[in-house]
Amino acid sequence: MPDNDKRYTEHAENTEKHGKQKRKIHAIPLLPCFPCTNYFFRLLLYPLLAAPLGVFILYAFSQGWFFPAPFPETWTSAPFARVLSDPRTLSSLRDSLLIAFAVSLLSLVIGYPAARALGLRQFRGRQVVWLLLYLPTVVPPLAIGMGLNILFLQIGLAGTIPGIVLAHLVPTLPYVTFTLAGAFARYDEAYEFQAWVLGASASRTLFTVTLPMLAPSLAVAALFAFLISWSQYLLTLLIGSGRVITLPVLLFSAASGGNPVTIAALALVFLAPPALVIATTIRAPRDLSHNL
Amino acid sequence: MRDRLIFSPWLALAPALTIIVLLLGASLAYGIAQSLGAISVIGQETLSPRAYADLFSGQGIAGREFWGSLGFSLWVSLASTLVSAFLALLVAFWASNSRLDTLALNSNLAFPHMIWAIGLLLLLSQSGLLARWAASLELISMPAEFPVLVRDKYGIGIILSYIGKEVPFLALLVISVLRTQPEGYQLVAENLGASRWQRIRYVTLPMVAPALLSGSLLAFAYIFSAYEVPALLGVNYPRMLPVLALRFFNDPDLSARADGMAISLVITVITLLVAWASIRRGEQHAGQ
Repeated sequence: MPDNDKRYTEHAENTEKHGKQKRKIHAIPLLPCFPCTNYFFRLLLYPLLAAPLGVFILYAFSQGWFFPAPFPETWTSAPFARVLSDPRTLSSLRDSLLIAFAVSLLSLVIGYPAARALGLRQFRGRQVVWLLLYLPTVVPPLAIGMGLNILFLQIGLAGTIPGIVLAHLVPTLPYVTFTLAGAFARYDEAYEFQAWVLGASASRTLFTVTLPMLAPSLAVAALFAFLISWSQYLLTLLIGSGRVITLPVLLFSAASGGNPVTIAALALVFLAPPALVIATTIRAPRDLSHNL
Repeated sequence: MRDRLIFSPWLALAPALTIIVLLLGASLAYGIAQSLGAISVIGQETLSPRAYADLFSGQGIAGREFWGSLGFSLWVSLASTLVSAFLALLVAFWASNSRLDTLALNSNLAFPHMIWAIGLLLLLSQSGLLARWAASLELISMPAEFPVLVRDKYGIGIILSYIGKEVPFLALLVISVLRTQPEGYQLVAENLGASRWQRIRYVTLPMVAPALLSGSLLAFAYIFSAYEVPALLGVNYPRMLPVLALRFFNDPDLSARADGMAISLVITVITLLVAWASIRRGEQHAGQ
């Protein structure tokens, strides 16, 4: 695999600059672009993108919404409050948050040194490392979960939160490592050297020079890890053995045969973190798409 | 800090690599062992390729459904990918100049596939929102008259759900290529008298094709191996391969685990081949 450096830099540029990039406007539009076709296109696209989310809001705040009525007749937050105060929802919410925070923290701590080596060093076998770290992003979670199921049963990790955290590291580590490797590819070690020359200790250099300079990428990487772990269903199901019920597991079982109001309310709770991420960063990277 | 050079990069890579290699390796090893019938829980330790023989010859409970499921999986994955790629091109051509549009497409990516599938379930089922609207417009008089669009035997619901997620993914891929494309090409083509259609056909399409193909292969690999969407939006028969695999893996009869595991490994092999093709494509694209 040639051009690893190029790949990292490109990747980094995509994640970093995406927001600031000055957009190039085509001098000649590609499709007939009268204002009306543009508005028509948006009129079509935006509702389609928002439809599944709009439907959750309609159902979650409805009461006694019977068949032919196009909209709920009474709006109420009662079903939403009921779902939110259900002990099963609360415990799944707690487990989901605990797992996702632990996974993001661990992925950062483990991914950081790996990313530093990949981004700053040239060494033999670098491409093999790249390939090994890339593998978990394409091996189906189905195969990973089914394979680990028995092993984790034997070593006592099945059905435990540490077991699930460990399993979630498989899909999150590659993303965190590659994101940070991209940041390191643009990072100049001379700043650390300068701090060292001026007499700063290693930990002071880390906390006052390195980490602040990498802060944006660290935040993006942590968000990646959090979202991937938060939306993980199959790995949690197969490793949790039905004993750890996270929010997606609860939502999935509700969707397989629950009532629409409960499903919609749970879905809205489940959606809160991704929605928050969109509201704050406004640039959910496309690399994430197939791991949520 | 130069002294850090004496540390081998392998030391820094060790924790990450250990976790990935150990867990991936173990899951693969255990998976292969179980597919060959080594299931220590029921005391069976002898290895035999029985599960694979059953699958490929179409015998046994799992085997009878295997080829049909494979066909159904291929149909759903291919249809979703092709329609998505086509729509993505249209969306990209329209949206490539607007930051608002790319923002809207981007926001779609942060939502899990499962959420999208559940949204469609509430939207398209026979007592769903669209059916209610159709009824209040007096197009239908009762829920059963609404067409079966989710949990249907052709996989329409599954395909629609994937299209909703893959179009933004692929469109953004195409848009990112379009944005780096120098305007000069378009101007030269225009100067040489190319019509709008000719510019798209001979200038733009060849430019975005490698990225679109690479992305489409990735989308195909994902759809082919994902479980949640077909499990939520599919029917009991025909089932996509991942649903079939998990069904036999969870069978109370533990000897059926071998069949489930074998199906999952078949899925993995196909997925990895397609993903590999996608990487190769991506490299050619990067090399240009």
